[in-house]
Amino acid sequence: MIDDAGGTTLVRAGSDHAHSGHCFAAALRAPVRSHRLAVAALHRLALAGPTSSHGARRNSATEGLQKRVFTATRRVKMRETPLSNCERLFLLKAIEEKKRLDGRQAYDYRNIKITFGTDYGCCTVCLGKTRVLAQVSCELVPPKDSRPTEGIMFFNLELSSMASPGFQPSRQSELLVTLNRQLERCLRNSKCIDTESLCVVSGEKVWQIRVDVHVLNHDGNLMDAASIAAISALCHFRRPDVAIQGRDITVFSPEERDPVPLSIYHMPICVSFAFFQQGTYLLVDPCEKEELVMDGLLVIAMNKHREICSVQSSGGIMLLKDQVIRCSKIASVKVSEITELINKALENDRQVRKEGGKFGFAESIPKERITALKREQAPVEMKDIEETADEIVREAEAPSEAVHSPVIVATGTGQVGEGLQNTWGLEEEDAEEEFQGGMDGKEKKKDEVMVISDSEEEEVVILKPEAQKSKSRRPKN
Amino acid sequence: FVEERSGVGSVLREYGSEQNLLSKPDGSASFIQGDTSVLAGVYGPAEVKVSKEIYDRATLEVVIQPKVGMASVRERAREQCVRETCEAALLSTLHPRSSFTLVLQEVHDDGSLLSCCLNAACMALMDAGLPMGRLFCGVTCAIDAESQIITDPTAQQEKESRALMTFAIDSKDCSVMMSLTKGSFSVKELQQCIAVSQKASERIFQFYRDSVQRRYSKIL
Repeated sequence: MIDDAGGTTLVRAGSDHAHSGHCFAAALRAPVRSHRLAVAALHRLALAGPTSSHGARRNSATEGLQKRVFTATRRVKMRETPLSNCERLFLLKAIEEKKRLDGRQAYDYRNIKITFGTDYGCCTVCLGKTRVLAQVSCELVPPKDSRPTEGIMFFNLELSSMASPGFQPSRQSELLVTLNRQLERCLRNSKCIDTESLCVVSGEKVWQIRVDVHVLNHDGNLMDAASIAAISALCHFRRPDVAIQGRDITVFSPEERDPVPLSIYHMPICVSFAFFQQGTYLLVDPCEKEELVMDGLLVIAMNKHREICSVQSSGGIMLLKDQVIRCSKIASVKVSEITELINKALENDRQVRKEGGKFGFAESIPKERITALKREQAPVEMKDIEETADEIVREAEAPSEAVHSPVIVATGTGQVGEGLQNTWGLEEEDAEEEFQGGMDGKEKKKDEVMVISDSEEEEVVILKPEAQKSKSRRPKN
Repeated sequence: FVEERSGVGSVLREYGSEQNLLSKPDGSASFIQGDTSVLAGVYGPAEVKVSKEIYDRATLEVVIQPKVGMASVRERAREQCVRETCEAALLSTLHPRSSFTLVLQEVHDDGSLLSCCLNAACMALMDAGLPMGRLFCGVTCAIDAESQIITDPTAQQEKESRALMTFAIDSKDCSVMMSLTKGSFSVKELQQCIAVSQKASERIFQFYRDSVQRRYSKIL
């Protein structure tokens, strides 16, 4: 009951600053209040906890957690829905009880689905609801001066705004940089691809392999999904064959010569571990909600030979030696499972291509799902197309043939069509002039008329030539 | 003979769609025409940046992402075509001072990409349940060297064609909402292509109806 009450107050504090437009004020106000609340909450936790040491541990955990909430609200764009405090507490409580929102066990991965496209080197990976698209492409470029006999690997991970409303295109966010760097370390620095075989002419032409990874839906654990997608796409990719004769390089199209696969030594795969309560609890493959409440993240890249390719710990938690060792043991199991899955998917695709069956994304639309529908090739009736078109053309009005001859107002100017000439005051003038010829007595009256106009210049300079011109033009018409 | 000849090009490749396949966006759909495939996600109505706010209607933002590399001028041009079509179909006055964001991801390009984008956009807008005055679909026609009209051309057919036209057709009275043409053609050919597209659009609208019917068959 006490816990309940604590829960509600915490929620209020949370929703206060989450929904107010004034982040700054909230942030200023927050520390005092949160501290008080956190301490209050912790007293209860400490009372409820089995041992005092455990309580103390939680104490610092919750305080750290509170701090992070506020930094997060300040940094994250308002469009991303923040996690409410009661959701946060619920999740943490569930994790303590070894329960996960989607009913998985602590070391379970979500379903992994790998689909290859029609192109070589194109693949989508679905990790639960997280969805990632990878495409490998290649290009002949001059090599780097420092490594004239090595091909170039280029990784480009993109957080599309489709994946989450908080992701903005064309902005280097912190998350993007971290993911991109991790992907590079996992795949380039582990030397899983033989870059020397990508050399065509030493010092002049090498293949640049470009891997584009697009995140399409963000439901946590982007790193694992991206690394699986990237390595599967690299394994699936075929580059055009080349022949060198003297100084000439011939690149063969796929019709002329079969494209060549890349030579891949091993397949490093990232496995993410989320830590909660300062490392007390450990979860494999955290979903998005779990990522929001975790204290720290450990990403281990490993291949199926149990060789560690990179380890990265983030979030600022201190891990013990045996925790890391335990994680690496779990990773080795997961990696061998995933590698097997990738190989099976690759083998499947190869089989279908060889047999000339249908492949690509069009085939991967689930047929049994109620939200999906597919139609076979459909003919379009073209019987009376000609007649309809003829009729429309006939019925359409002929464009007016008359083209206005240009009117030359003065030398060096041109005008097409009826003029936009200022006729203010001129009408009367003209009429007067027509009727009364060049009577001197009327000059003054003209001046009087022009006084209405507030431009002095017109009055003095322009008026006379204008009047003369209209006089001289009249006979012509 | 004539019928057979005109029958060669005048087919829509097999097409399909899946709605609501992404969890994050408010509406999402994939649309597939032959090998061409596009994925669309819609967010909205949501908060809008003050600089983009329009006081009497919603702001629509369309982003098209190519599969390889950065978005270039070509994508910008397509974005504009899709945006103007969607703006004409959406009843954006019902959501003043808010924003709709439509993100389209090219998954595979095998010709008729813009029409596939339009179809995916319409399916995603339907999935998001945004108020629309009408539906729309995209149809691409190519005129080949022998002056034959090919509907829904592949990338190869597009390359060999003399002229290429994409129309957005509206579901209410089959009028043309947007057109984008490339190459040279006569007025008569243009009218023929429009007529063909209107015929083809009937099939796509029927497909829209079928998929919506299928989707709500359990509820209704």
